[in-house]
Amino acid sequence: MGIAKFVVRRLLLGVLTLFIVSIVVFALTQALGDPVRAILGREAQPESVLAKREELGLTRPVLTQYWNWLTGLVTGDPGTSFTNGVPVLDVLGDRIWNSLFLMAISAAVSIPISIAVGTFAAARRDKAFDSASSAGSLVLASMPEFVTGLLLIVLLATNVWQIFPAVVRIRPSEPPWVQPSALVLPVLTLTLGVIPYVSRVMRASMIEVLESDYIEMARLKGLPERTVVWRHALPNAIGPALQVIAINIAYLAGGVIVVENIFNYPGIGLALRDAVTDVNVPVVQFIAMLIAAIYVIVNLLADVGTILVTPRLRTGLR
Amino acid sequence: MTVVETAIVSGRIDRPVRQRGVIAAAFGLWRARIGAVIVVLLVGVAVFGPFLAPHGATEFVGPPNTNDVPGLLFGTDRLGQDVWSRFLLGGRTILVLAVVSTLIGLFVGMVIGLVAAYDRGRLDNVLMRAMDVVFAFPNLLLALVAVTTLGRRSWVIILIVAFTAVPRVARITRGAALGVVERDFIGAAEALGESRRHILGAEVLPNVAGPLLVEANLRLTYSIALIGALGFLGFGVGLNQPDWAQMINENRAALSTAPWGTLLPIFAIGLLTVGVGLIADGLGRAVAGIDRGRPS
Repeated sequence: MGIAKFVVRRLLLGVLTLFIVSIVVFALTQALGDPVRAILGREAQPESVLAKREELGLTRPVLTQYWNWLTGLVTGDPGTSFTNGVPVLDVLGDRIWNSLFLMAISAAVSIPISIAVGTFAAARRDKAFDSASSAGSLVLASMPEFVTGLLLIVLLATNVWQIFPAVVRIRPSEPPWVQPSALVLPVLTLTLGVIPYVSRVMRASMIEVLESDYIEMARLKGLPERTVVWRHALPNAIGPALQVIAINIAYLAGGVIVVENIFNYPGIGLALRDAVTDVNVPVVQFIAMLIAAIYVIVNLLADVGTILVTPRLRTGLR
Repeated sequence: MTVVETAIVSGRIDRPVRQRGVIAAAFGLWRARIGAVIVVLLVGVAVFGPFLAPHGATEFVGPPNTNDVPGLLFGTDRLGQDVWSRFLLGGRTILVLAVVSTLIGLFVGMVIGLVAAYDRGRLDNVLMRAMDVVFAFPNLLLALVAVTTLGRRSWVIILIVAFTAVPRVARITRGAALGVVERDFIGAAEALGESRRHILGAEVLPNVAGPLLVEANLRLTYSIALIGALGFLGFGVGLNQPDWAQMINENRAALSTAPWGTLLPIFAIGLLTVGVGLIADGLGRAVAGIDRGRPS
């Protein structure tokens, strides 16, 4: 079996995963929970409950509702907002791009830094930098994003120093890069959430590569250590770390939920909080499926990428 | 996970892991000791704090968001309530919810992992594939989807947080148990006609206790973080109830003028997760250098 067959099989698995996720999302919001009760409260009159149910199209059998929702999702019509009847895609609009932008910037900043930190720590194993970065990542790895983000605000935006704005002040219709300084803290928060995990696995992978024969060979040839580490060892050390890098890029898709709410960044995370508050079920369902889809796609790309950069796995495909 | 597996297969843990040995080894490490001190301190605040609170949780003691009301250590919050009292009262909810949900998730995940490892056949495949699906979803997203129409009731939060812990616990347990179920004493127990429940509970479980102990601590960190994030977003249990995460949500608008209402609970939750994380890391090193993956 070639790489194409492998990709197709992973794609099908991804689609199956999303299908099961759709069942879970729908069941939690519309089958186990009752949107109308959640909107009107438990003391609502039966007549008004019925009227609301009629209004929101929730009188049909649950399976029909699910089928309509699923086919709508697939054909690009995820329904209309409960609160104002506007199509979900119009409600979210540019927010999707804003969030993807934040994710992309954070990935572009955090992954190279993590790789550099891990490589540096491995090259100077058990020296000061290694100990400091491992202690730092131990602390950062346990800390929730909202704690990191708010501590950054206290430190860099409001109480100690006032260097960066604490909140993003752009309208959802404006592109997020109109106020670059406001992006610093959100990106930094997400970056601090990624570094511990990626740098740790990068360090381990690097140490293994640095102990291999060909590196010994390169050193014996008299190459400077810097060339040995960054030119000869690094490309081979990234392969094993790819999977973890991908998991962390996927993590960003979930991480933006909290980070957008800390910094008031106009993306889908902020929209999700509002939608949950308003029991705006179609919007919640769509954002959930969107983030799950990003998760699945990133993991798929990682699997394929890992195979492509690891010759042993490429030939071993059967 | 693989490290543990190889450690077990290579026979480094040949006898049943004696838990006390692992714990003693872990607390020989500074990181675990520091973690333990932090955790004891904060659990102390959460448990005994309510008895020490000078004011009631919803008692009005001064103008809102001020720092200089005489007799108040940390000023008032956005409703003119005493920040210090609410801080002392606010640790219980998050701690109880986190511990209960972690225990439930741990138990269910452990059972699934043991059954899957012992089966090694189709059931194993189905169970582990099902676990993979849960991994395709950020925990916080799942929790938010659940509270949308099910409401912010404690049992909803406990069950959903427990649910998010299950797949990882199952994976870790299965990984550790795979090396155990093939050993001779399991065959001996089978030959004696012991029930599956007895074999899994009395023969396999003690041999995977070490990795499970580490996982329990890691899961607790993430449970605290997840419940905290829910509260921070405004989906904690009960309006205006004293709760660390909710305090952050309620008071952070006044962060620059009256910071303590936000800072105290931030420090508490941050230290608590770091403390539990340090213990987990110490235990992990003591067991066999468990790899700490990204919480999924």
